[in-house]
Amino acid sequence: MKRSSVIILSVVVLLFLASWLWKASTLSSDPGIVNAWGQAFGITLAAFLTLAILSFLYRDNPFYKFAEHLFVGVSAAFWMVMGFWSTIVGNLVPRLSEGLSSFFKVPFDRFAVNYFYFIPVILGILLLLRLSRDAGWIARWPLAFIVGTTAGLNFIRYLRSDFIEQVSSTFVPLLVGWQGFGHFLDNLDLSATGQLALTVGNWVISLGVFCGLVYFFFSKAHTGVFGAASRVGIWVLMITFGASFGYTVMGRISLLVGRITFLFKDWLGLIS
Amino acid sequence: MRREVPLAITFFVGTLLIISVFLPPAEGLGEDFTVFFDIIAVFAFFLGGGNLVRVHLTKLSRRKEDWPYSIVTLLGFALMLVVGLFKLGNPGGIAASPTTDGSYFQSIFDSVLLPLGATMYSLLAFFVASASYRAFRAKNREATILLVAAFIILLGRTPFGMALTGFIPEQFDLFQVPNLAVWIMNFPNLAGQRAIMIGIGLGVVSMSLRLILGIERTYLGGDER
Amino acid sequence: MTWAPLVSMSNLGVVISLAVIGGGLLWLLYRSLLAKEVDRRVIFLFILVSVAAPLLFPMTFEEQATPVVKAIFDKIESLPEGSRVLISFDFDPAMAPEVQPMANVVTQHCMVKGHKVIFMCLFATGQALLTQSLELIVSEQFPDKVDGIDYVNIGYKAGNEGVLNVIVSDFKKMFPTDVNSVPYDSIGVFKGIRSCKDLDMVFTIGGGKPGVKEWVLFVGDPGRVPVAGGVAAVVAPQMYPYYPKQLFGIMGGIKGAAEYESELRKTYPQFHDVDAPGLRMMGPQTLAHMVIMAFIVLGNVSFIVQKRRDRRRKR
Repeated sequence: MKRSSVIILSVVVLLFLASWLWKASTLSSDPGIVNAWGQAFGITLAAFLTLAILSFLYRDNPFYKFAEHLFVGVSAAFWMVMGFWSTIVGNLVPRLSEGLSSFFKVPFDRFAVNYFYFIPVILGILLLLRLSRDAGWIARWPLAFIVGTTAGLNFIRYLRSDFIEQVSSTFVPLLVGWQGFGHFLDNLDLSATGQLALTVGNWVISLGVFCGLVYFFFSKAHTGVFGAASRVGIWVLMITFGASFGYTVMGRISLLVGRITFLFKDWLGLIS
Repeated sequence: MRREVPLAITFFVGTLLIISVFLPPAEGLGEDFTVFFDIIAVFAFFLGGGNLVRVHLTKLSRRKEDWPYSIVTLLGFALMLVVGLFKLGNPGGIAASPTTDGSYFQSIFDSVLLPLGATMYSLLAFFVASASYRAFRAKNREATILLVAAFIILLGRTPFGMALTGFIPEQFDLFQVPNLAVWIMNFPNLAGQRAIMIGIGLGVVSMSLRLILGIERTYLGGDER
Repeated sequence: MTWAPLVSMSNLGVVISLAVIGGGLLWLLYRSLLAKEVDRRVIFLFILVSVAAPLLFPMTFEEQATPVVKAIFDKIESLPEGSRVLISFDFDPAMAPEVQPMANVVTQHCMVKGHKVIFMCLFATGQALLTQSLELIVSEQFPDKVDGIDYVNIGYKAGNEGVLNVIVSDFKKMFPTDVNSVPYDSIGVFKGIRSCKDLDMVFTIGGGKPGVKEWVLFVGDPGRVPVAGGVAAVVAPQMYPYYPKQLFGIMGGIKGAAEYESELRKTYPQFHDVDAPGLRMMGPQTLAHMVIMAFIVLGNVSFIVQKRRDRRRKR
């Protein structure tokens, strides 16, 4: 290890200890806090891990790599634990064994016992054999079950909600609030909730959806009238992507604001 | 056997789940199969964890590049696993939720997983800003339309949009930037998103049918020894 | 529709930070006119200052709820006391700063209205975040609410849309107990509820998969259950095709949370003294938006200047 690296690491450790001590003394003065030292350690650790990730903005460095590798390990274990307690113990054990239910202290209902639930246990174990080089092929069976379930579930739902309902919702009135030409002219203005804005909007929806779909139809050359419709479709899609970009910016900034708020509020106490 | 059995399983399960929508007697069986799917999904989590351990142990034993960090990964994994599986420090004991407030599992989540996960994604704010300056160019008509729409949305979602255009009277208030932003979201954005959604919806339906009928077999992988 | 203006910005620190950022942008303009390269770390610093400064020197703005957000507020407000509302925490720590304020403010609204709330998650990490929200909102602000009678936490189940496919017709099959192993039949909140079809409303918060889309596809449409969504801003534009038939309301990003908090404070003044993270975050959000818009303009200025130079060189 280089001398400069040792110095940097020592400084970071010292700063960590100093921050922990300082935070613990701050929290101790609050009578509502039970375990000041433990909480102070947690906050300091969270702050240093946050700074370790942010250090990547300068350049890749050992602190970032440490934080990244820690995240991977802890995250994998988190999901395993949650899956085990919520679904294996919560949904599988009570259907198979009174003894295990008693061990894990989950309610056992004799009438809910269903030995068919050994099927997912067997399939699950076969899935784990994916880790074996020789027996890995058997993992295709549970994988086929997963693929079949997903395909079966999605087939009807996407057809109904993302196709039929969407097409149905596109049939909008092309003259909003029509009560005669005179009424239309009397109420002609450019207010956001006015007749004209809503009418134009509905035309945009009808034509925009149609032209957008025309653009995605690649089996025919985009020439002539078809090409013109396709071009309109592109413009509508560009507005869509522009709106998405605007929202994306907002979303990403919010995440940063959240982290900076944690550093200023929970760690440094600069804001209340 | 290696290909025929999985194809048969996919066909049987997929068909049953479609039929269960239309035939009430099959609904219960469809639900049971879905619960089976949920349980197998947990085994997939175990598989992921097991694979992670295998990869990092291999890296460690062969002293590959950045091998010391594999120790960090494995230690973090082991600590979280032990603390969670045995519900160490859980005020409610074995019957309580693993994420009970005050448990070591929840504490590690609060001080390690939450800050790391949140900060990883917050880095994107900086890269979005960098991309805005260096890459976002109005090179042609389409890019300009995209830029203008983005501008209106960005401005409309802040109070400065109103400050700039608040003087516009009510009869023309569509051109107040916040109202224009709302109009863009409710009409052109909706149209474009709907076109994409219909396209994707048809794609999913078509792919689901191909998978159930065994036409699409890429999920089975190549023929192994 | 009328929009309320800026409320308070009279702090000297705010003026100074705006001056610093303004000066920096002028320097950037100068470099753009000369078509000179700018190190991306300078850009990063700009964003950091534009986010940090309004946190240290608060800028607050009044918010007005847009129709898509107001629809959710009005629905919860109009439901009679004791209505069954399901709130699903379908997000992970990466989205938490943005969407957790939405979850918290809707929980506050449901609690103050006296609705019976069922909390669940489709993300494993959602359950840990749910624990935080219950501690912060229910335990601290509504200590009189009783677990099992006024609300219940049934937690996480693996399986994504598989979970939804079951609970749309049978809750108990998927959630035989709550997170603390209390049996389904013993939980007062579930009295009379066999499936999602018996719920008065579902509010799902998320931005990934599974999320709002899956709730619409697997619960809202098949079960004809009113569903509203609080989504990360990245995903919000994709939800509009479902509005208003399949999704009766959408809260998009931190602005959606801010609008809802504003509406809640107007209707229930007791929340004026309660922390409103959505409203608090709009200050930095606004300044960062202005900086990014300036970047887009300056970047294009630099591009145009460079293009003209290249054309002159070719001649």
